[in-house]
Amino acid sequence: MIRAIRNTWNVPLYWVWSSATRARRAPTLYIALGPDMNITRRTLSSVCRLININCIRNISYSQCAMTSSRHTNSKRIEGLDKNVWVAFTSVAADPTIVNLGQGYPDIPPPAYVKEALANAAAVDKLNQYTRGFGHPSLVKALSQVYGKVYGHQIDPFKEILVTVGGYGSLFSTMQALVEVGDEVIIIEPFFDCYVPMVRMAGATPVLIPLRLRSNKETSSVSSADWVLDPEELASKFTSKTKAIIINTPNNPIGKIFTKSELQTISDLCIKHDTLCISDEVYEWLIYKGHQHIKIATLPGMWDRTITISSAGKTFSVTGWKLGWSIGPEHLIKHLQTVMQNTLYTCPTPLQEAVAQGLLRDYELMGRPECYFSSLAVELEGKRDRMAAILQDVGMSPIIPEGGYFMCVDVTPLSQDLSHMGDDEPYDYKFVKWMIKEKKLAAIPVTAFCGDASKKQFEKYIRLCFIKQDSTLDAAEAILKNWNK
Amino acid sequence: MARQLHARRIEGIDKNIWVDFTQLAADYKVVNLGQGFPDFSPPSYIQEALCKAVNGGCSMHQYTHAFGHPPLVSILAKFFGRVVGHEIDAFEDILVTVGAYQALFCTFQALVDEEDEVIIIEPFFDCYQPMVKMAGGKGVYVPLRPVSMEGGKALTSADWVLSSEELASKFNPRTKAIVINTPNNPLGKVYKREELQVIADLCIKHDVVCISDEVYEWLTYDGAKHVKIASLPGMWERTVTIGSGGKSFSATGWKVGWAIGAGPIVKHLKTVHQNSVYHCATAAQEAVAQGFQREYELFGTPESYFLQLPEMLNQKRKKLATCLESVGLQPILPEGGYFMISDISSFKVDLNDPSTQDEPYDYRFVKWLIKEKGLATIPVSAFYSPEHRKDFQNYIRFCFVKEDSTLNAAEDILRKWNQGKDVH
Repeated sequence: MIRAIRNTWNVPLYWVWSSATRARRAPTLYIALGPDMNITRRTLSSVCRLININCIRNISYSQCAMTSSRHTNSKRIEGLDKNVWVAFTSVAADPTIVNLGQGYPDIPPPAYVKEALANAAAVDKLNQYTRGFGHPSLVKALSQVYGKVYGHQIDPFKEILVTVGGYGSLFSTMQALVEVGDEVIIIEPFFDCYVPMVRMAGATPVLIPLRLRSNKETSSVSSADWVLDPEELASKFTSKTKAIIINTPNNPIGKIFTKSELQTISDLCIKHDTLCISDEVYEWLIYKGHQHIKIATLPGMWDRTITISSAGKTFSVTGWKLGWSIGPEHLIKHLQTVMQNTLYTCPTPLQEAVAQGLLRDYELMGRPECYFSSLAVELEGKRDRMAAILQDVGMSPIIPEGGYFMCVDVTPLSQDLSHMGDDEPYDYKFVKWMIKEKKLAAIPVTAFCGDASKKQFEKYIRLCFIKQDSTLDAAEAILKNWNK
Repeated sequence: MARQLHARRIEGIDKNIWVDFTQLAADYKVVNLGQGFPDFSPPSYIQEALCKAVNGGCSMHQYTHAFGHPPLVSILAKFFGRVVGHEIDAFEDILVTVGAYQALFCTFQALVDEEDEVIIIEPFFDCYQPMVKMAGGKGVYVPLRPVSMEGGKALTSADWVLSSEELASKFNPRTKAIVINTPNNPLGKVYKREELQVIADLCIKHDVVCISDEVYEWLTYDGAKHVKIASLPGMWERTVTIGSGGKSFSATGWKVGWAIGAGPIVKHLKTVHQNSVYHCATAAQEAVAQGFQREYELFGTPESYFLQLPEMLNQKRKKLATCLESVGLQPILPEGGYFMISDISSFKVDLNDPSTQDEPYDYRFVKWLIKEKGLATIPVSAFYSPEHRKDFQNYIRFCFVKEDSTLNAAEDILRKWNQGKDVH
């Protein structure tokens, strides 16, 4: 840890606590000297006297200190170090907290997927490097599954890239296709990494919020009631717009964009000649009465869309960190260039296991035994239960059409947080308070929006319901006893 | 689309030797001494560790800590703390990455800006150049050169050295970092303490970061000692040391690597990591942690894989060197690593292949060797900068981390070839 000390000598002064000095509870004082600085020992003595250090011991007059500006970060990552997960993930380590925060299952993955990994690990060859852009058996399985879904052939070697999770696909896409001077339209609320990734690529995020339909009463709201204003959307497209990112089903709200909504977006993409980055990691988690539509299947869209998916979300194995991008060769080839210059290849045994899982479920597609369908059925029950728990205590959750999150307006709980000061949006304060006082974790929804929309979303928190019944029971107990 | 699609940062980095040569090796039926991965199994205890992790409960299949699975960073801190002789903070000083490759990427992206210069010692693992380019930086190259030998004795990688004056001349106020790789790929050089001291002195004098790629750190032969530049005075706070689970445990397909360095520098690598892949696979990290736990306890004893592996590879290294010598391909005996390079200048062949006409001589030779003789290697000019490539077209790289049967098959090919031709 390093702390800069303001001083009147114009000398860059830093307290530095390293792990060694932490043990002695004594930070080391570093004075950063540039090559032109000429600080006399007398000045240094004055400095030390005023800061109450006994003597100048072991001052090295090297030209650089640990905190020399030469070793600071590159410009591309300036301001990208903070992150909602860094703030809230440590919570997960505390077993006394009921964690409906970060989005991962505490239900087990299907047994056949784990077996496939154990089998792959036992094969010598599968412990060594495989093809950089995707293990052959995996890209072939993906080509089969998605060929069926898209209704046209997908070239496993030219139109697919396997990445480290859906996250890695987003990064490869951004680095390959977005740069300084570009604008990228992002719909709020958005999975939080979109904005820092756009900024790291040197481009400007242009935000547009989903809004609750004006004629909607606040009781029994569905994610379908959160919509884009078509005129507002059209106004966001400029000559600098390189791409629009859509996420369907959406995290955190759970909205599934309808065909006509996707048509509106695609008309604009075609009119302005922009790309579409479609994050569809929750593509199989679709609840009754709704249909997931791939924008890449709309006319004129295949050639300008990268569609991103996730093995982690498909098979409930978020810790496997495998995902893929599917798109036309002339776009995928650029993502492949990024891949070969960033991490080169993804782990082999994990890719083999996902391939086996996909082949098994490909045979069962459309049938209830297919995991893609059975998981959605299981989660729908949990969704309904979560909604009932929240409604029982007077709240009105936004019922998601897909995905495994539910957002809810906490206003009915009337929680007074004025003692917590004014420097954070209400939902951040609420979640921190709730973790501490009620031992229940959620995620504040303003983490998923820009500054201008914070007021619109600051009463909402996001709850993850892909959890065991016992976890949901515990959450229910906490909420029922809220006012006690 | 009418406008330029791709971002400028990926211009000029789309060609890749592995993509080309791996495809070629797959297309022809070859004895593959090309790409650097073992064709034998990882040690059984490490395979078992992965199986155990797979069956180890729900949390093994879900996200772990973004910057490194706690059991892994804890044992790495303990293990390498003991190696370098000072405490390493598991949560401040270490970042776990998807292979050492991603650690290199995070380092360049975190620290290199437009117009920064990065000194790269040739021959270098080929990805350093495009990664520096993608970060907007400029590669400044300084070659290792063979000291001229009397009596034609076979060279070793120790005979390839830097000129201190030439190296010093490459440093200027725009120099942000220098990349070193020890043991070196492709040459196999293991830098001695005095050689590292020369580099360290320059890093300190010019306030430059040192990126030390040490993925082959356990693989040293003939008494050569691996020295960590980060352990030299004044270097810990300015060095990022990169390691590889894949190379340490002969499981390259697991893609678990790490960057270890002073917290203030590693935190920037973490920022890149959290905005690019965020997490690495949990089960693989758990298994590597188990592997290191075992190695921590057995370190320095005959049961340590970090001693057994170099012993096994030493035999293979000698076997390949003897074979190459016997057919007139002059090997440069490596002090460390997976690879051996060979001078092909005395091996004149009629490379009658119009498809490779404009390529460097070693590329043409390697492709000819694949197509005509069924033996895959890698051309060494791929490990040189575009500026210097033309001066180093006479070497090819062999990987000897292969089953004896593979090495025997290579030997057969070379012997048959030698019997049927003139050698100058």
